[in-house]
Amino acid sequence: MLTLTCPYCGIAAEETELQPGGEAHLKRFGPGSTDAEFEAYLFARKNPKGVHFERWRHAYGCGKWFMAARDTATLQVFGTYSAQTPHPTPEIVAAIQAHRPDWQPDWLAEPTTQTPADTSAESLNA
Amino acid sequence: MAEALARISQVQDWGMIQIRADLSRAGDAIAEAAGVALPGQGRITTDGSRTLGWMSPDELLLVLPRAETAEALAALQDALATEHALVLDVSDMRAVFRIQGAKALDVLMKLCPADLAAMPQDGLRRTRAAQVACGIWRETDGYVLIGFRSVTDYLRGILTGAAVPGTQLDPR
Repeated sequence: MLTLTCPYCGIAAEETELQPGGEAHLKRFGPGSTDAEFEAYLFARKNPKGVHFERWRHAYGCGKWFMAARDTATLQVFGTYSAQTPHPTPEIVAAIQAHRPDWQPDWLAEPTTQTPADTSAESLNA
Repeated sequence: MAEALARISQVQDWGMIQIRADLSRAGDAIAEAAGVALPGQGRITTDGSRTLGWMSPDELLLVLPRAETAEALAALQDALATEHALVLDVSDMRAVFRIQGAKALDVLMKLCPADLAAMPQDGLRRTRAAQVACGIWRETDGYVLIGFRSVTDYLRGILTGAAVPGTQLDPR
């Protein structure tokens, strides 16, 4: 059984109270992108055996989407964090590396602050 | 042996008002208009007749006697007139059950995947009861469970079934 703590309401919710949302931190490629990018956005998933970042919705609770870092093989949960983050937070990275010293983030630069330029895709919908 | 684990009764005379707003901005105005203090995360505040529950980071539920609903609705709408907010009478959307008795917790433990025994005295837990969404908080001598009106019969059935005499969870 998977128990995740919702970062918005602090409740330790059991798996059946949550709705899975697949891989986290996907970058959207929409109109204007190449066919290969669009196909990768729709279908290409990491599906790793090990550390993975996922989206979950606290469906039978506050209804908010949040992110979870866990190991897909052992079901060990490293932490949950707000969905309003472009990458896993430094605290999550530290929690993972405390248990998996060999593990390295696969995203490029750690953004120190969330600049408006990083969120231009979201701000179109705001 | 022949006694049910808990008394299940449906409450018909409660009104409910849903409030959605930025609680950090409008919290004080809501508390003043509602007449009860703003609850903390996952908690309720009550003054005896009115209860204000924390439903999500941007949602509160005011539970009050049905007769006071219209007045409270107007007061809240007035208080939040300058905010981006929603105040809605959801009394007819909900079904309310009381689960009372020494073994009330046993009934809910059978239905909900939540550690209700560890819930604080003034806690509010949104979870599911068997297959439907619900919210639960404590009151004198038991619990209050709210769910959607469309599943009232289902809720009554599972609560009554979970309270059947002789089905307590402790060893006999």
